[in-house]
Amino acid sequence: MYLLKEEMMTHNKMINIVDTDIDTDSILQISNLNVYAGDHHILKNVNLRIPKNKITVLLGPSGCGKTTLLKCMNRLSDLYKELDVSGHIYIENDDILNTYKNIPSIRQKMGLLSQRPYPLPMSIYKNVAYGLKLKGIRDKNLIDYNIERHLKEVGLWDEVKDRLHNSPHSLSIGQQQRLCLARGLAVKPRIILADEPTSALDPISSKIIENLFKGLKKHYTIVLVTHVLRQAVRLADNVIFMSHGEIIEQGSPEHLFKNPQTDKLKEYMVDGN
Amino acid sequence: MNRRKIIEEKIFRILSAIATYSLIATLAFIIILIFIKGFHALSWDMVLKAPKGGYYYGGEGGVLNAIVGSLYISIGATIIATIIGVPAALYINVYLSRRKRMQNFIRYILDALWGVPSIVYGAFGFTLMLFLGMNASLLAGIITVSFLIIPIVVRTFDEVLCNIPKGLHEATLALGSTRTEMAFKIIFKQGFPGFITALLLAFGRGIGDAASVLFTAGYTDLIPIHLDEPAATLPLAIFFQLSSPIPEVRERAFAAAAILTIIILVISLTARFLSKKYSISNLK
Ligand SMILES: Nc1ncnc2c1ncn2[C@@H]1O[C@H](COP(=O)(O)OP(=O)(O)OP(=O)(O)O)[C@@H](O)[C@H]1O
Ligand SMILES: [Mg+2]
Repeated sequence: MYLLKEEMMTHNKMINIVDTDIDTDSILQISNLNVYAGDHHILKNVNLRIPKNKITVLLGPSGCGKTTLLKCMNRLSDLYKELDVSGHIYIENDDILNTYKNIPSIRQKMGLLSQRPYPLPMSIYKNVAYGLKLKGIRDKNLIDYNIERHLKEVGLWDEVKDRLHNSPHSLSIGQQQRLCLARGLAVKPRIILADEPTSALDPISSKIIENLFKGLKKHYTIVLVTHVLRQAVRLADNVIFMSHGEIIEQGSPEHLFKNPQTDKLKEYMVDGN
Repeated sequence: MNRRKIIEEKIFRILSAIATYSLIATLAFIIILIFIKGFHALSWDMVLKAPKGGYYYGGEGGVLNAIVGSLYISIGATIIATIIGVPAALYINVYLSRRKRMQNFIRYILDALWGVPSIVYGAFGFTLMLFLGMNASLLAGIITVSFLIIPIVVRTFDEVLCNIPKGLHEATLALGSTRTEMAFKIIFKQGFPGFITALLLAFGRGIGDAASVLFTAGYTDLIPIHLDEPAATLPLAIFFQLSSPIPEVRERAFAAAAILTIIILVISLTARFLSKKYSISNLK
């Protein structure tokens, strides 16, 4: 029992590191990132810093390369043979595009939330436990403790605590999305990559996710792709506006949306929403 | 809706109804015919006894030798086909996911193999058997039938796996799984109902096929005990009895056909039950 407590404490400390470790203000730096698919230049020399413990919103018309940019950040771009990726993406001094470290451990630095929830084909409990087990946590008590913690973190605990061993397909889409978030948090990522996470959800579920993000940025850095301008205004600390694979403008939402510098952003603000 | 569309709609409805129901009627007719014709001969002796001397001239006994032989061969072959086919299907969908051309090429080959008549597998198995210096035996039958059904296992399972959304692959990898973990822990589970269907189809084809075991499994009135002994099979038992000039023996052929039908029915109902029970929306 004593051992268990100690483990929990070290575990909590690991989370706290995110809180205290604020000597640099950006957690992820991208330099000269180029992505081609054949002749199609999808991302054109992207340079970017993602500030730590902030919500960075990626904005831009459909097809401008937002999803591609996210996929490069956790090297899911590897899954597409046709994509030719070059440049540097630094996370905690690791150049993840040119590293000898194993890719799964790099991917664990980031949690992914996609447009639609994809629960794993196992119970609600095991969905969250899956990530913990990948992290090498085997102790049953510790797993139970963490599952409760992460489900509480996404506000799902009270809704599912009586049916932890049911299929996640018995949950609503919004609940499934939060389950996927909890599952991602179980891997203890530093960054959450969210690709239009609310676009398949009803307004109430979307609101819940938005509020979660506001709370989660205390511990995590969030990169959010959205098509909803108002969501960007509500959530963003930092907005990056892209068009045709290039970063056109970036800055705080107040600044950016009040005084858009380029015609492209002005147009997007009129038509885009 | 205008008049023409309404009439069109009605005609198509009737046509497709006719197609559906005539199909079901034909199937029912076949099964009823088998049972009626075999009814007299169908007895516990038939199921529980091996042929005694003179069985093929109307003497005592049953087709237990063929039931056991058929079950051994089809179950053995299904196990081998699973051991080879499941990893192959996972490989195509997980490891080759970036190589679309290779995927399509392999699928094309497997489809072609699926379409090869079983007598060709029989001939191939026979050649292989001679080459290895084996006799017609249970083992040779199992190996030949597994060649026959491997493409079925791979393609049926594969067809389900390739419909698994890419988002699930990405979500799984994003959590930090390796591809192997993803293949066996996630993709296999997600495709589990397809796995059951694959086994079922393969087993059904294996137990019902005569041509592939004709030269390779041999035929005997004894119940096979060792892998190197020849084994009788139900399709061949039906064939031999049906070609008899004695009406009672021909009746027994229908009884054997009824037994084969029942086995397939039982297996397919069990499989359906299992695949429902373990389907993703129902898991514990
Ligand atoms: N694997 C690929 N092969 C070829 N082209 C691709 C591939 N992935 C993306 N693209 C192209 O890259 C461009 C950017 O796609 P991406 O999905 O990143 O856009 P997006 O900004 O996320 O759009 P949306 O807002 O519609 O999601 C598109 O023109 C797309 O067709
Ligand atoms: Mg996108």
